[in-house]
Amino acid sequence: MKKSTKMRLTKLLIEIGLLIGLVYALFPVVWMISCAFKSNKEVFTVPQQIIPRNITLEAFTSVLTDTTKLRYFVNSYIVALVTTGITLIVAIMAGYALSRYDFKAKKTLNTFIIITQAVPPITLLIPYFGMLVMFGLYDSYWAMIVTYLVFTLPYATIMITGYINTLPKDLDEAVAIDGGSTWCVLWRVLVPIAKPGLVATAIYTFLQCWNEYLFALCLTKSGEMRTVPIGIQLLMGQITYSWNEMMAMSILGSIPIIILFVFAQNYFIAGLSAGAIKS
Amino acid sequence: MKRRKITPYLYLLPIILIFCVLLVYPIYQVISFSVKDNVIVNPTPHFVGFQNFSKIIQSGEFWRALGNSLEFSIVSLFFHIILGIAFALMLNSDLLNSRFRGVVRALFIVPWTFTVSIVAILWRLMLNNSGIINTIFGLSIDWFGSRELAAKAVIFVNIWCSYPFYMISILAALQGISHVYYEAASIDGANSIQKFFKITVPHLKPVLISLMLLDFVWSMQQLSLTYITTGGGPIGSSETVGTYTYNLAFKTYQFSAASASAVIMMMLCLVIAIFYVRRQTSLD
Repeated sequence: MKKSTKMRLTKLLIEIGLLIGLVYALFPVVWMISCAFKSNKEVFTVPQQIIPRNITLEAFTSVLTDTTKLRYFVNSYIVALVTTGITLIVAIMAGYALSRYDFKAKKTLNTFIIITQAVPPITLLIPYFGMLVMFGLYDSYWAMIVTYLVFTLPYATIMITGYINTLPKDLDEAVAIDGGSTWCVLWRVLVPIAKPGLVATAIYTFLQCWNEYLFALCLTKSGEMRTVPIGIQLLMGQITYSWNEMMAMSILGSIPIIILFVFAQNYFIAGLSAGAIKS
Repeated sequence: MKRRKITPYLYLLPIILIFCVLLVYPIYQVISFSVKDNVIVNPTPHFVGFQNFSKIIQSGEFWRALGNSLEFSIVSLFFHIILGIAFALMLNSDLLNSRFRGVVRALFIVPWTFTVSIVAILWRLMLNNSGIINTIFGLSIDWFGSRELAAKAVIFVNIWCSYPFYMISILAALQGISHVYYEAASIDGANSIQKFFKITVPHLKPVLISLMLLDFVWSMQQLSLTYITTGGGPIGSSETVGTYTYNLAFKTYQFSAASASAVIMMMLCLVIAIFYVRRQTSLD
């Protein structure tokens, strides 16, 4: 009897705690959505209301009918998808070697991959800038695709190596005995069964690229090459701030991530927690 | 037999090549930039020794930026871990049904999914002079425009947008603790506070230390959030080593000085990274 009241009280306290946490986490998001449906005049109209007085789609229409802004989205998709593809191919090969073979440089390479994640991006940006200008790649898709590999590859390799480690070795040995090459083992046997790990890696890599800001800012300059994160910031450079448009564009820019998040939440979380705990 | 020995290297060839081009060579280059006079802008730079370093170390701006970065990192780290533990413990409670926990967990992750420019602009709107935060608390403060408050406001925003990473990692670690320990402790008559300090904390410790090292390294490098919210201002009051380096390079085109500052920053981060790697390899 006494125990169950105590448990009920604890449960109530936890629920109150979670509720406060949710307000902290989500109020800004609710506000973003609210302002995206207001007219720019209403954004600061006192008293400020969560439910807009006049719900209007004007901010969304103005973003979606502007070809420059739509171009940002196309650019973001191109860069994120190509980078994710290249990252997966390279990381699958590396992960296979690190998981299935013992060789001299293995430990050094593992250490190297972990350490690369600590190199400040700004340190690399200075030489990248010079290199890309020299090769005529500055302000192109390749400027972003190539340089993004430096932060997508270490994490993807760690994740994929970890996943292949959990797959039984008997499988590849059986194929090898049947005369299959290691190349065959990797792509025909391991890759299909490693799908959950690969999907989690792909999602995380896509997210990293989609949200990347600093490299895109410094390595591109023309409106035709800008990605969504830069595009949103560019809206601020104008004389009058259209807050409602910025909020609408923030929502539109988050849609791919929200879709991935809603439909693949468990993969998403697997990717999120893989790095710190195991490597 | 001999073929087998080179096979792994063939699979690793692409990643090794990419790392050489994107890491090894650029790091070599940035170090060599840091000991020359104005590179990139000047076609024939000369070797000047440690002149760039001494110039930076003698400037008050660098030290102020370093101080700000340290404050930013330590305060962020503290709150990331505290919020992370608090939310993870509540989400891990058996008293709630698992469906409800799943939904709440998902909602708690939302702030982490936004790109830095969205986070920055959203908070610039909310912390505006006549923004909603001031309205709620009956204030009229220009948070990002005040010399006393700008740096603190950026830290606050950073805590908001990145705590979910720590929360999820801690939650995963909590779920890895076997129930057997708690059951045994209950039989021995331990209360929940004792269980927390004798079972939960020791099991979380390795993950917490790894997370703190990672957080510290990442926060010391932080520049985008500060750059978009305050630009390092007003009058340099929220400048971090990241924005300081960025401004030297991409605002004033002093690439040599920027390289020197970037090299100092990299050294700091690598020292912490070595601790991290030692821990990770000893845990395996």
